[in-house]
Amino acid sequence: MPSCLIVDDSKVVRMVAKRILEDLSFGILEAEDGKGALNTCLEKMPDVILLDWNMPVMNGIDFLRTLRSSENGEQPVVIFCTTENDMAHIREAISAGANEYIMKPFDRAIIEAKFSQVGVL
Amino acid sequence: MNSQDFQLFSNIVKSRSGLVLTEEKVYLLESRLVPLARRRGLENLEALADEVRRSNDEHLLEEITEAMTTNETFFFRDTKPFDTFRDAVLPQLLKQRAAKKSLRIWTAACSTGQEPYSIAMLLKEEAAKMAGWRVEIMATDISREVLEKAKAGLYSQFEVQRGLPIQLLMKHFHQVGEMWQIDSSIRAMVKFQPKNLLEDLGSVGQFDVIFCRNVLIYFDQITKSKVLKEIHKALADDGALFLGGAETVLGICDSFKPIDGQRGVYTSADGGLTAAPQANSAA
Repeated sequence: MPSCLIVDDSKVVRMVAKRILEDLSFGILEAEDGKGALNTCLEKMPDVILLDWNMPVMNGIDFLRTLRSSENGEQPVVIFCTTENDMAHIREAISAGANEYIMKPFDRAIIEAKFSQVGVL
Repeated sequence: MNSQDFQLFSNIVKSRSGLVLTEEKVYLLESRLVPLARRRGLENLEALADEVRRSNDEHLLEEITEAMTTNETFFFRDTKPFDTFRDAVLPQLLKQRAAKKSLRIWTAACSTGQEPYSIAMLLKEEAAKMAGWRVEIMATDISREVLEKAKAGLYSQFEVQRGLPIQLLMKHFHQVGEMWQIDSSIRAMVKFQPKNLLEDLGSVGQFDVIFCRNVLIYFDQITKSKVLKEIHKALADDGALFLGGAETVLGICDSFKPIDGQRGVYTSADGGLTAAPQANSAA
């Protein structure tokens, strides 16, 4: 079973994403900020990371840059999932190493489409 | 809704678009036609039916037909047909048309434009192989309303997230308020025009590739056969026809044969592509 780490400071968003991704046969890990996500990745790298942008302690873009420069950090597929819905943020995320980008609000159809596009579904 | 009114509406829609509405679709009829009735200041569908019988207004009949046609679509829908087009059909056609350097592509029932624009973006990505080629993409639909949206190329955040890879959004779209608009260079590659597939298609000319996906499923067998025969006339003998995943020509029209190994892709039974193409894996 592939694993997906959901990183979001909103418990509700994590719950909704978890429900959809469990249905799609992912094993779910959760973190509520970038720092917690890095600790999870250090223990075991997930296959996919669904990543919010604005979070306390460490935000999504700082987490992504740190992840990509760490050992085996190039492995996980990273999909941003954020309310930062403008081209400048999208370009910044992709150049920092994100594989895809979801603009909130999302639904099951969008999650499925994006996960298919990056080849994890 | 009483059965005479249902029959009236379903006959209008069937005769004008080929769309078959069975009794269990009465909810669909109500949900789509009640807003139309209200816009015309009519209280309910009974009043709308009376208005149809009284006036036989051509514009009203057209509005009813448009309201009932399904416009569900998204960019690169089902992915695989676009991979097959790029990796198997296009290279073959580039060989076959090397002398003429001209390609004509038709997307029938294009709805709000995501399919022809997906093809246009794909061809733009392949531009290096097609320098000096003249490519025409014609996109048609029965509904003038959806064609207006298609021409504008303006899509909601939800629409650009279903099927469109983020790299292509970055490359070919720009933001207009909360919407996303496809760039004019891609819009200019597609010519939109109204066309009813039940009419004589002789005027459209001949095409090298025809996409007619997820259209036939709404028709009865006789209409499917009629439309496929017309499409056959419009397809070059060595061209390719793409149908939807749940559609087939088998048992309906013997003018086509499937292309080996390419699900949902057909060529003319009279000639066909000169070699069976081999699809690469999806990018």
